[in-house]
Amino acid sequence: MLTGITVNAACALVGCFLILRKMSMMGDALSHAVLPGLVVAFVLTGSRSMVPMFVGAVIAGLLTTFMTQTLHQYLRVPSDASMGIVFTAMFAVGVVLVKQFTEGLHFDIGCVYEGALEYVPFGERVAGLPRQLFTSLVVLLLNFAVLIMLWKELKLSAFDPALATTMGFSATKMHYLLMVLVSVTTVASFEAVGSILVVAMLIVPASTAHLLSDRLGWMVVLSVLIGAVAAVLGFWWATYWDTSISGMMTVAAGCLYAIAVLVSPRYGLISSVLRNIRMSLLVLRDDVLAMLYRIEELKSSKKFSIAETAAAVGGGWLASVSIFQLQRSGNIEQASGSLQLTDQGREAARRLVRSHRLWETYLVEQLGMPLDHVHEPAHRVEHYIDEQIQEQLAAELETSDQDPHGRQIPH
Amino acid sequence: MISLSLSDKVMIGTALLGGMSGVVGSFAVLRGRALVGDMLAHAALPGVCLAFLITGNRHLLGLSLGALASGLAAIAAVTVILRWTRTKEDAAIGIVLSTFFGAGVVLLSVVQKPSTGGNKAGLHAYLFGEPGGMLNSDVLLLAGVAVVVLAMVALFYKEFLVVCFDTDFAQSQGWPTLWLDLAMMAALAVVTIVGLPIVGVILMAAMIILPAATARFWTNRLSVMLLVSCGFGAAAGVLGTRLGRGYPAGAAIVLTASFLFLVSLLFAPQKGLVARLLVEYRLRRRIADEHLLRTLYELSEPQLPESPVIPLESVREYRHWNSLERVLERARDEELIEWGEEQVQLTPLGVHRAAQLTKAHRLWELYLMDYANIAPDHVDRDADDVEHMLPEALLVKLEEELAAEGRLPAVLAEVPESPHELSPET
Amino acid sequence: MSQTAFEVHDMTVAYHRRPVLWDIDLEIPEGKLVGIVGPNGAGKTTLIKAALGLVQLASGKVEIYGKSYEEQRHLIGYVPQRESVDWDFPVTVRDVVLMGTYGRLGWFRRPGKAELEIADRSLQHVGMGAFAKRQIRQLSGGQQQRVFLARALAQEAQIYFLDEPFAGVDAATESAIVELLEELRTSGKTVLVVHHDLQTVSDYFDYVILLNMRLIACGPVEETFTNENLQKTYGGRLTILDEAAEAIRRSKPLQ
Repeated sequence: MLTGITVNAACALVGCFLILRKMSMMGDALSHAVLPGLVVAFVLTGSRSMVPMFVGAVIAGLLTTFMTQTLHQYLRVPSDASMGIVFTAMFAVGVVLVKQFTEGLHFDIGCVYEGALEYVPFGERVAGLPRQLFTSLVVLLLNFAVLIMLWKELKLSAFDPALATTMGFSATKMHYLLMVLVSVTTVASFEAVGSILVVAMLIVPASTAHLLSDRLGWMVVLSVLIGAVAAVLGFWWATYWDTSISGMMTVAAGCLYAIAVLVSPRYGLISSVLRNIRMSLLVLRDDVLAMLYRIEELKSSKKFSIAETAAAVGGGWLASVSIFQLQRSGNIEQASGSLQLTDQGREAARRLVRSHRLWETYLVEQLGMPLDHVHEPAHRVEHYIDEQIQEQLAAELETSDQDPHGRQIPH
Repeated sequence: MISLSLSDKVMIGTALLGGMSGVVGSFAVLRGRALVGDMLAHAALPGVCLAFLITGNRHLLGLSLGALASGLAAIAAVTVILRWTRTKEDAAIGIVLSTFFGAGVVLLSVVQKPSTGGNKAGLHAYLFGEPGGMLNSDVLLLAGVAVVVLAMVALFYKEFLVVCFDTDFAQSQGWPTLWLDLAMMAALAVVTIVGLPIVGVILMAAMIILPAATARFWTNRLSVMLLVSCGFGAAAGVLGTRLGRGYPAGAAIVLTASFLFLVSLLFAPQKGLVARLLVEYRLRRRIADEHLLRTLYELSEPQLPESPVIPLESVREYRHWNSLERVLERARDEELIEWGEEQVQLTPLGVHRAAQLTKAHRLWELYLMDYANIAPDHVDRDADDVEHMLPEALLVKLEEELAAEGRLPAVLAEVPESPHELSPET
Repeated sequence: MSQTAFEVHDMTVAYHRRPVLWDIDLEIPEGKLVGIVGPNGAGKTTLIKAALGLVQLASGKVEIYGKSYEEQRHLIGYVPQRESVDWDFPVTVRDVVLMGTYGRLGWFRRPGKAELEIADRSLQHVGMGAFAKRQIRQLSGGQQQRVFLARALAQEAQIYFLDEPFAGVDAATESAIVELLEELRTSGKTVLVVHHDLQTVSDYFDYVILLNMRLIACGPVEETFTNENLQKTYGGRLTILDEAAEAIRRSKPLQ
């Protein structure tokens, strides 16, 4: 589990920058493309020690990045296609090399793909720690150190590469640096969690954090936390159901993302829906007030019951709720079966009608819109016009006391 | 049922698959959706496992339907994410891809538990591909899908073309772009999914992209591209299974396809690297040749129409040469100059050709000075760069325009005078 | 005549081998407000990008205060077009302005108190002090533009390049920007602005560069911004120049 947490944290650190540079798929590509580098390093040194593996992966990663860019820039292959070509070809080379050179040796390609966290406690040990844990710790520290040292450079070149370049932090160099980090991270995570989980952990926690935070620092911290939570959850679920740990971690991360989509305070679906409802209620309340005001204004003897009022502003449960809210806040009251404005409600309604008629006047006088076209836009806009804009409007329109339909603009 | 040997079946199957993926891949690549194939291939896994858990056998049709269902769910998930959140497209694809695949891995481990029993070998094949286990019915299924896909492309060729090229325009013309797009995606999904057991998950993405990208080097027309891409895909399938015996079949097929891509990248006519280098080389040679002629013309100019003998010394001084001897040899072979003992002389043919070139050069200089406000002391270098590439029609137009402006003598002499002083470049 | 702040010699720039600027030669003295004016596709943005080393020159050179661009990076402030960045990026207004100080800090050093003060001061300067903690997506177009200007101020440069700062901003922001530009000029800075609105050129600028694939004119507004020059600038593209550029693109497959 610890290995899972460190791997996820390491991935999340670099993942943030990947998604901000809109290069998520490069994570996918690199996690596959380092395979031949690993195999060659393994064949040449005959060991699975860390350094040659990293060197092999970095070389393969840089090669992939370079070839992708060359295909795209000089041979005009679309960028996503060039990525797809390079990484799949590299992976195929890797698969063949595995078959050719490592048959019978302990180099299980299925393990590369799916990971084998389950076996971590039983593997070799380095410095008293399971090997995979040790490796992923080293990578986590490396990523952390680079991030601390080059924080502002990474941030700037992700946000505004052109400005970064004019300031002397070449965006291309930063790109390659990031790709090196991704390659190294990928390798460290490979044995423990498998390549698909690497992709998941690069992208998913970082995207989740992006939904939840508005500052890069927080986003990075959050993404690390989310990665860790996903690791823990995944581990529990997997032990509970006795199934693949890495798979479960991915699923856990996906669930966390889905939850963030739903409940993120500012960008979540639920909060948007709530905001919409709140806005609709506001509009409906305003409509009810304005309608009652106009009835009073016309000195009509017509009386509206609650049900009739609700139907007049469009009906539905929202309308009933809005009337209930108005009653509770003391803006309207029910007298002998019909609704009436209270003094407080009349005041609020007066402001609204003023907004509406000022805006109508503005549309006709300043924008030259035809008379029969101004009610609708004014109806939409009236809810958003505050005192300040009202004053501006009044000043702009100078004196007129009547709206273009010839009705009095209340003060 | 005709009985086929296994290797025949495999060959037919991979060829069919390669051909289909070439066709649908062309649209995907042109539409900027190359990686959607990758996503679909990964996202199919949970569907495959579920289908297996439900049906309990590994019949290709059942598994494919499961895969199709989860593939479509994945596309829907990406659409929802893009529509409702601020996650960008690349991240959305990555998230869906990895989450679905993770779920697939989980289900796979459930399936592979001995307690569920059943034949599980077919599932691992989905990861890395195993055409060896192909059944007659599988080949039939592939053929059926191929027919349907090709028929669809043939039917909607024009519509797909316009949607790929310019969606907004297509929409403005009243085409149901959303449905056409979905149709293309569905075709992609179906092909990806029937291909999974043959080449495996990742390498299926390659089958979508590679033949199409390869074909792009050979042609600029969609109809031709579809055919070529189909051919390349099929060839990769056949050659890959033939040559790659003993290696994982998927990798062998993809490597064959990569090799075809590499060959095309290098040797395709016009767009290939070699062809382009060759054009570049010829252009450079022609520029050198033309520089020689113009130099000789300008050196001879005071004595024209007599063609004087010019010492090589002054040719060398006139401008910088990379390999004067070779240029001279070429000119002599074309009988444009006489060349002996440190001396050259333009032949009558040479004078004529040199006059044409110099005329082009000076027309362009005049144009730059008059129309583009470029200072007289700069025009020579600019004209140098451009004159070699000016098409004949453009020169005629240039001449007319300058003549209309009264910048040229009414009756045009062979070569207008140089608008600036002639001096050797040093 | 005062010192020359910005100088371009014989510069030709090509995109995908198709020349878009032919042989530009110009000199801008220090302390001027310069409008870069020309029709769409005339190469205005390209001129700026070439000056900043963001695109490669096919020939010629650019000098800032007599030296190459690389040596004078610290003297340069740049305001890109607003659409060029991702406004969903998780940074606050203050973070963005702080980025202006990065160039001076160089590699590895992190911004400290002094830089924060500069950032805050620049924000106050453009009247955005109250928005320091907002995420940048929550700003209006005009406010986003002001943030970019504050960032340029934080660069504390000698010479500024602004790419269409007036595009899509409200009237209040526009006049605020103009005021700011004038302040910069008063303190001896040179400012080059890609500008679209011909109506306001003579009000805003004292120097003007007229471009249409090649330099039409460059000089003080009164002398240069004439009907005749405008006619040349906007009087249609030079078809032959266009065709020649196309011919070059076709015949030079690699470079």
